[in-house]
Amino acid sequence: MNNGLGEPQRVVLLGGTSDIGLAIVRALCSPALRRIDLACRDTAAGERAAADLRADHPAVEVEVVGFDGAQPETHQTALDDLGRTGDLDVVIVAFAQLGEDGGVRDAAAAARLATVNFAGNVSAIIAAGNVLRRQGHGTVVVLSSVAGERVRQANPVYGGSKAGIDGFAQGYGDAVAADGVHVLVVRPGFVHSAMTAGRQPAPFATTPDRVAAATVAALRAGRRMVWAPGVLRYVFSALRHLPAPVWRKLPIN
Amino acid sequence: MTREALAGWGSTSPTVADVRWTTAQRLPAQLGEVGERGALLRGLGRSYGDAAQNAGGTVFRLDDSVHGVVLDPQAATVTVGGGVSIDELLRVIVPAGFFVPVTPGTRFVTIGGAIASDIHGKNHHRDGSFGSFVESIELVLADGRVTKVSPACDPELFWATLGGIGLTGAILSATIRLIPIGTSRLLVDTLRCANLDELMSQMLANDHRRRYSVAWLDPLATGAALGRSVLTIADHAEPGDLGAAAGADPLSYRAAQRATLPALVPPAGLINRMTVGLFNELWYRRAPRRREGELQTIPSFFHPLDAVGRWNRVYGRRGMIQFQFVVPEDRPDVIHTVVSALAEHGTPSFLAVLKRMGPSGPAPLSFPAPGWTLALDVPAGGRSLAPLLHGFDDLILDAGGRHYFAKDAHTVPAAIRRGYPRLGEWQAVQRRADPHGLWQSDMSRRLGLTHAEGDHR
Repeated sequence: MNNGLGEPQRVVLLGGTSDIGLAIVRALCSPALRRIDLACRDTAAGERAAADLRADHPAVEVEVVGFDGAQPETHQTALDDLGRTGDLDVVIVAFAQLGEDGGVRDAAAAARLATVNFAGNVSAIIAAGNVLRRQGHGTVVVLSSVAGERVRQANPVYGGSKAGIDGFAQGYGDAVAADGVHVLVVRPGFVHSAMTAGRQPAPFATTPDRVAAATVAALRAGRRMVWAPGVLRYVFSALRHLPAPVWRKLPIN
Repeated sequence: MTREALAGWGSTSPTVADVRWTTAQRLPAQLGEVGERGALLRGLGRSYGDAAQNAGGTVFRLDDSVHGVVLDPQAATVTVGGGVSIDELLRVIVPAGFFVPVTPGTRFVTIGGAIASDIHGKNHHRDGSFGSFVESIELVLADGRVTKVSPACDPELFWATLGGIGLTGAILSATIRLIPIGTSRLLVDTLRCANLDELMSQMLANDHRRRYSVAWLDPLATGAALGRSVLTIADHAEPGDLGAAAGADPLSYRAAQRATLPALVPPAGLINRMTVGLFNELWYRRAPRRREGELQTIPSFFHPLDAVGRWNRVYGRRGMIQFQFVVPEDRPDVIHTVVSALAEHGTPSFLAVLKRMGPSGPAPLSFPAPGWTLALDVPAGGRSLAPLLHGFDDLILDAGGRHYFAKDAHTVPAAIRRGYPRLGEWQAVQRRADPHGLWQSDMSRRLGLTHAEGDHR
């Protein structure tokens, strides 16, 4: 159960090796937190992340469990299993792939990316939501991206999948609100992380820790959407309305 | 049955449950229909944290009527349904010359809730908690059996139910010893104290003189004014104390709600350092330096906040945390540290309440313990509030103190195990009464209170 200060006792990270996801987990650590579950495909990497968490938070139980975002049909069982060991207070959906810039010609590769980033995220959110609805409480944190706010020609598969998951998560949040389930959509800008290593940072680039701090503040305030950094909300409300010929020629594209 | 979001009076952590209004007659049979998330009875929802909610499970509410109240004037007892409020009860018993033996700062609590939290009042230093006045409790057990427990008949279950936060069974009704009163007024002495030291020495010197004693202090005052406060001590007035006008009807009782705070308060609430500072200042200045023998009514002395309905809305959407703890009498330094840390931190906290408590009762999870108890409200959204409160927890537990379940919204399982060393004893009785873990609450999950945690799944 969350306590009155908004501190959870149990946090599940789907995409258990995600830099942003792990930063959010760390930001949720408090004297109230009792257990963290890192659910990931690469359980060896998950164990390394778990060892770091255990070292910093010896009072918290940290478990690693296998979970493949690309196999939506396994998600409900995985989440039900997690729910069987106690209430899930916060479930962070943080698995996604960036793909290759300019990768718009390989149809099969694009479909694989869309499966993880959209179909896999949808099924994970619903699977988690079903557990939280039975509990009558809990929050799903969905990592969207500003890339979905106006999709760039450089990586339309990634941007398109984020646009899709962002819209889905908002609608789903409305659908389950009456069951006590809260959905928070996080829209980070360019984040320096393992996923973006070697890429040219976009303006207003941020770090996983700063995204995590904004996310936790939004959770405590009960908000449904958070931009990180906050200024991107205004930047993108302008970019979104640019005429296509202008947008196409912008250097960020 | 409706699916409803329920929260405590602090409105901090709402969760959704199936809410069923029921009666004492129908409830036993309905327990068989409860799902794996268990069931709980909820009274008027005045506990501040998550004690009276059960996420994903069933929450029963007793549709009790004050017409079922049986007053025995010879024995000075009353038998009353668990869902009846002290507000309703007072309207019956005060005109008949009786008063509840213990009342909290609001009359909008049910008898079931009063038992489940083993509540205390301004007379704790002298009379003890509610449990000292309960003769028997009629309980529905998890298997649907209805049983009556008392200090003579199954004393273990009786005392586990007092302060047992509703986790031993559903409290259908209880027989309570009342105190006789000659009038519905109180004779109140008021004393303004410039700081915490003066207040504590005045309490030590004056508490024994009167049945009721409580102090309200300004948690924002710093420096030499740290803990500036107003101490009130009182007794029930006798007919001879009343003037001619009131003397004509010495037991008249009128308790009205003058206004209800609308839901239109801005989301951030109206509580900030300026509004609260101004309020606390006015309130302190308004009190007389010293006044003796002032006549006050029951509502104005015991239940002043009840004059405004839903006053908790003043804290806005994020709600408030009420923090109440007790430390032994020889540890006033903890009260000092908490009050000064809070004042320095600048959290806009309304009047805090300080009271000296008398001896503990026999109930293993009963809160009161001899010493100083401090209760204060803080807005839940406050910056860096969490580390501050967790820091207080360590201080309180190290001093041999503990937290009050009816108020708690933030503490952790380990803190309860330190503050309530008899938890294991209570769990053994709880498990005997509820072997399959039917009774569940958000608080029992958060604090790991019931032994059967996880069993029912």
